[in-house]
Amino acid sequence: MTTNGLFQIGLYLAVLLLLVKPLGAYMARVFQSERTFLHPVLRPIENLIYRICGIEEAAEQSWKRYAGGALVFSAVGMLLTYLLMRVQQWLPWNPQGLGNVAADLSWNTAASFTTNTNWQSYTPETTMSYLTEMAALATHNFFSAAMGMAVAIAVVRGFSRHSSKTLGNFWVDFTRSIVYILLPLSIVVALLLCSQGVIQNLHPYTKAATLEGAVQTLPQGPAASQEVIKLLGTNGGGFLNANSAHPYENPTPFTNFIQMLLIFVIPAGLTYTFGKMVKDTRQGWALLAAMTVLFLAGVFVVYSAEQGGNPILAKRGLQTQATATQPGGNMEGKEVRFGIANTALFTVITTDASCGAINNAHDSLTPLGGLVPLVNIELGEVVFGGVGSGLYGILLFAILAVFIAGLMVGRTPEYLGKKIEQKEVKMVMLSVLVMAFSILGFAAAGINLSTVGNSLTNHGPHGLSEVLYAYTSAVGNNGSAFAGLNANTMYLNVTLGLAMLFGRFLMLIPLLAAAGSLAAKKQVPVSAGTFPTHGPLFVALLVGVVVIVGALTFFPALSLGPVVEHFLMQQGRLWS
Amino acid sequence: MPVATVTPVNTDDTSLISKRAARARPLFDPPIVKRAIGDSFVKLNPRAMMKNPVMFVVEVGAVMTTILAARDLASGAALGGFTFQITLWLWFTVLFANFAEAMAEGRGKAQADTLRKTKTETTARKLINGKTETVAATMLRAGDVVLVEAGETIPGDGDVIEGIASVDESAITGESAPVIRESGGDRSAVTGGTKVLSDWIKVKITSNPGETFLDRMIALVEGAERQKTPNEIALNIMIAGLTLVFLLAVVTLQPFAAFSVHSSGSGTAPSVTVLISLLVCLIPTTIGGLLSAIGIAGMDRVMQHNVLAMSGKAVEAAGDVNTLLLDKTGTITLGNRQAVEFIPLNGVTEAEVADAAQLSSLADETPEGRSIVVLAKQRYNIRGREVAEHEAHFIPFTAQTRMSGVDIDGRQVRKGATDSVMEFVAEHGGAPCGELTEITDRISRSGGTPLVVADGGRALGVVHLKDVVKGGMRERFEQLRAMGIRTVMITGDNPLTASAIAAEAGVDDFLAQATPRDKMDLIKKEQAGGRLVAMTGDGTNDAPALAQADVGLAMNTGTMAAKEAGNMVDLDSNPTKLIEIVAIGKQLLMTRGALFTFSIANDVAKYFAILPAMFMVTYPEMGKLNIMGLHTPQSAVLAAVIFNALIIMALIPLALRGVKYRPMSAASLLRRNLLIYGVGGVIAPFPGIWLIDRLLGLLRLA
Repeated sequence: MTTNGLFQIGLYLAVLLLLVKPLGAYMARVFQSERTFLHPVLRPIENLIYRICGIEEAAEQSWKRYAGGALVFSAVGMLLTYLLMRVQQWLPWNPQGLGNVAADLSWNTAASFTTNTNWQSYTPETTMSYLTEMAALATHNFFSAAMGMAVAIAVVRGFSRHSSKTLGNFWVDFTRSIVYILLPLSIVVALLLCSQGVIQNLHPYTKAATLEGAVQTLPQGPAASQEVIKLLGTNGGGFLNANSAHPYENPTPFTNFIQMLLIFVIPAGLTYTFGKMVKDTRQGWALLAAMTVLFLAGVFVVYSAEQGGNPILAKRGLQTQATATQPGGNMEGKEVRFGIANTALFTVITTDASCGAINNAHDSLTPLGGLVPLVNIELGEVVFGGVGSGLYGILLFAILAVFIAGLMVGRTPEYLGKKIEQKEVKMVMLSVLVMAFSILGFAAAGINLSTVGNSLTNHGPHGLSEVLYAYTSAVGNNGSAFAGLNANTMYLNVTLGLAMLFGRFLMLIPLLAAAGSLAAKKQVPVSAGTFPTHGPLFVALLVGVVVIVGALTFFPALSLGPVVEHFLMQQGRLWS
Repeated sequence: MPVATVTPVNTDDTSLISKRAARARPLFDPPIVKRAIGDSFVKLNPRAMMKNPVMFVVEVGAVMTTILAARDLASGAALGGFTFQITLWLWFTVLFANFAEAMAEGRGKAQADTLRKTKTETTARKLINGKTETVAATMLRAGDVVLVEAGETIPGDGDVIEGIASVDESAITGESAPVIRESGGDRSAVTGGTKVLSDWIKVKITSNPGETFLDRMIALVEGAERQKTPNEIALNIMIAGLTLVFLLAVVTLQPFAAFSVHSSGSGTAPSVTVLISLLVCLIPTTIGGLLSAIGIAGMDRVMQHNVLAMSGKAVEAAGDVNTLLLDKTGTITLGNRQAVEFIPLNGVTEAEVADAAQLSSLADETPEGRSIVVLAKQRYNIRGREVAEHEAHFIPFTAQTRMSGVDIDGRQVRKGATDSVMEFVAEHGGAPCGELTEITDRISRSGGTPLVVADGGRALGVVHLKDVVKGGMRERFEQLRAMGIRTVMITGDNPLTASAIAAEAGVDDFLAQATPRDKMDLIKKEQAGGRLVAMTGDGTNDAPALAQADVGLAMNTGTMAAKEAGNMVDLDSNPTKLIEIVAIGKQLLMTRGALFTFSIANDVAKYFAILPAMFMVTYPEMGKLNIMGLHTPQSAVLAAVIFNALIIMALIPLALRGVKYRPMSAASLLRRNLLIYGVGGVIAPFPGIWLIDRLLGLLRLA
């Protein structure tokens, strides 16, 4: 690890943490129906939307109605996306004349964008028309992110309200997420990205002659407008196949920095929003501290593993030490303009969050470097996490932590004044089970099938990692790919699509149910007998529970993938 | 409210739970152990095991390996092979868990047997139209009236409607000193199975056969009616969920292993025996095996304190209590306030006050009344008069009028609370007097109780009653404060008196001049704020509040209505025991939490034992994970399984006794317990498994 690298990581964290309070406070005002500085401009737009859609702003919803809203909206959105892809050939804004998308791929992609996963079994520039990109995919980037925020806010209301039958109004929270938070930020930052060289046009692809005299096709399109929300909404679906490694999407180290900030800024800010809404900002800072600890742990494992390089290469006499003129370490699959530190950082950020955008090939990371993204997703993407889903995910673990250790203070466990009882435990365990069941179940069912085996480019532990990563990424609604697995097959498209839907909705519904039950409870006043859920002890406990629950569930599978691969690499054993 | 027996508080005991429980019965009583060993096998019945998902999984695993071991034997393998040993230890795991539960139950059963002996073949003399008829006690129905004379056993629960008798209640309370039961008032309730020692009483039976107090008590201690408590259910869901997660992790490991074996071209996928071993080691067997024992033992600990909890839920709620309502008299103070001084008003002699005070107290059987009579006799040699010679009409004290006295020879002598008596004086044409207020205020400020004495419209003076706070109460309230529990003193005294005593005793708050209705309102107010309230009571007018409170501890000396309304009955009738019950409730929850955390933390080490052993052949490089240096794969798996079984056995005493509880803030408790059971739970299995592995090597078992 170099001083420069460490400095860049430190700078990133510092800027991120500075943004937490202002953005978090702003979002708290938005969701608590308080006036913000943008109200003069945006309030009329918000009202117009309510009028057009017939939304009654003051109408409160029970958790069931709230979840119902989210489900119906997702179902309709998914269906429309599917249909658009199936007929794009006959629709405008298709200068390349791309054909209709196959049924299984359309299913997979519709599920993928609806669930905020943005797993891409296809190469965008040769598959999706500009219209599909803009009308179906970019819009879903907004919708799925807004839905995550709405659900997170509803879950927070489960704690902040008491003796209440309702959790707010889904349509209102959803609309406000887009109008006040996602859209303004996207517009401003999109212009900034354009200024750095990210493309934004509706031109046909450019034919360019290379120095060698060969002809290369350069894809074009409305990339910048989709780029921001791809990151800000922790969606991750690239406009181009190479995603944020492509110079048209992520041209400079500065845009790279902006992109990494965009991924974490809302999830980090939401912890402060949470603290504001439960009227104890210390609670939000505690969650943020736990996230930061886990984040830094991941970054340092990846960074040191990648900078350490491959000992097999070192043994052959290759230079793997960083020098003034070259980065050293493992540069395979990395962009030279980002270097090892920023690649490690991006890799960890994109998998801590449910983003899945990539600026390097995860498949080419060292075994430990590849283990971290896998583990990050398997921990439930609660380290900052997805927009909204990160907050409700970490709250799930907070409930779990409080229940496990809270009994040890001799009281019925309570979090933020709410007793954690049968119903909450049942719902939280259901979410944990769904996660484990979907990841391990799908991966185990598929791994020995010939259809999956034929898609694999690697065997041995790395092959196992590729399959495990695909389903982990789908269930975690991450969308990043380990690559090395040709996922555009009937079996993989269908099962990955299912895995994404399970991972999104079977997690979200139990949590809303738990929130509904929590909102109905009375608030127990804090006393010396209350388990304190701020402060370092709770942070340590929360980190411990996240790691132990994740590790206990996935360690056996991981031990046969990246873990053993690491030992094999150390001993110089190679696989085809 | 007068309370019949007051047990002095043991002041030098720093723990909230007295040592009494420890003395009651040794933890491993040989007859109980013997019976528990037998019961451990009876409990193997799968239908019973199904109630405990974790241990049921272990049993299913044990059955599967048994079949595999039998197949091995049939195909000529030697006895004592790997599968055989694993099978043996899996069965031990189940048996150890059953043994823990049977031990916990056994202690209750032993107690139930003793109780049942008192229930034997009692006959009753039922009164029908003034004549008695001998019937079996089991034939009695609610509403029947029976006559019980000296030497007879009371055939059922009921109320004394006529007569007075001394009753031996030792069968229920263990207390050998007889108590007086008489018709009317708060001492009319009698319990079936107790014995009349002298005189006779007529008892109206209030319960049907099978529903008597004794029946309920037997059912409770035996655990026959045991229902899982809310927290126990939540914990059960959690461990069942984790069991499913681990089941998934282990089941999916098979295809992953098959893929790896195929890829690397060496080794074999792990055998079913090894997979079952891994599963059993991972699922939370420690807490799963001990959970019900912890609950039963918690109830038993309450029982050892001579408190009858009607449900485990009540004991659990006790741990959550935020506010403790304690009656001043008999709980915080010794109960018998003593008259220490007669203070006359200007123009009245001290002897005159003493005379009037004594006169008004002649029929007053409360300790206060008696102390007035005694003081008047000691100081002024005024002797009790034979009131029968006069036309005397005694006015008893009530909670509403708050004064008592006598109408004698045309005089209306009253003594009582200042405002009540002054109201009385005003009604009879007297005027309020500043001097009186001065005196009463002075007494109140000093923590005493002023009793104003008046004769018709003329206030005479004040009796100074002194209340004695029990030793050690201040320390106890400090401990409660550290636990986050607020104590509220309930008293009929005026606010001044109340605040002086409250300050002396160190309670957080007080409710002065409290009527039963005020008490009820306070409970509702606290509950509306999300707090859980505990209280004690014995009178019929306490019944609604006892029912409303989350933990209502009724005194055994109290009325049947109070006992029915509360969710616990203290057989010793010692209201301070509420504090101990709170501690037991906390201890119960803490024990569950500690063993659960320990159980999960243990898994880390087991992975390091079993995973490298599983894939030693496929990936020899995995040996790096064998950080304990276990000598063979078989030995590693066996050592983990053995450790897993033995830890259940090792923790039985902890489950039965409960983890140590010291009153301290939640933050420091958490830090301490996380360190012991969390961090300790991660570390402990490493040396444990390593040691077992060495022993297996030495004994050449693996």
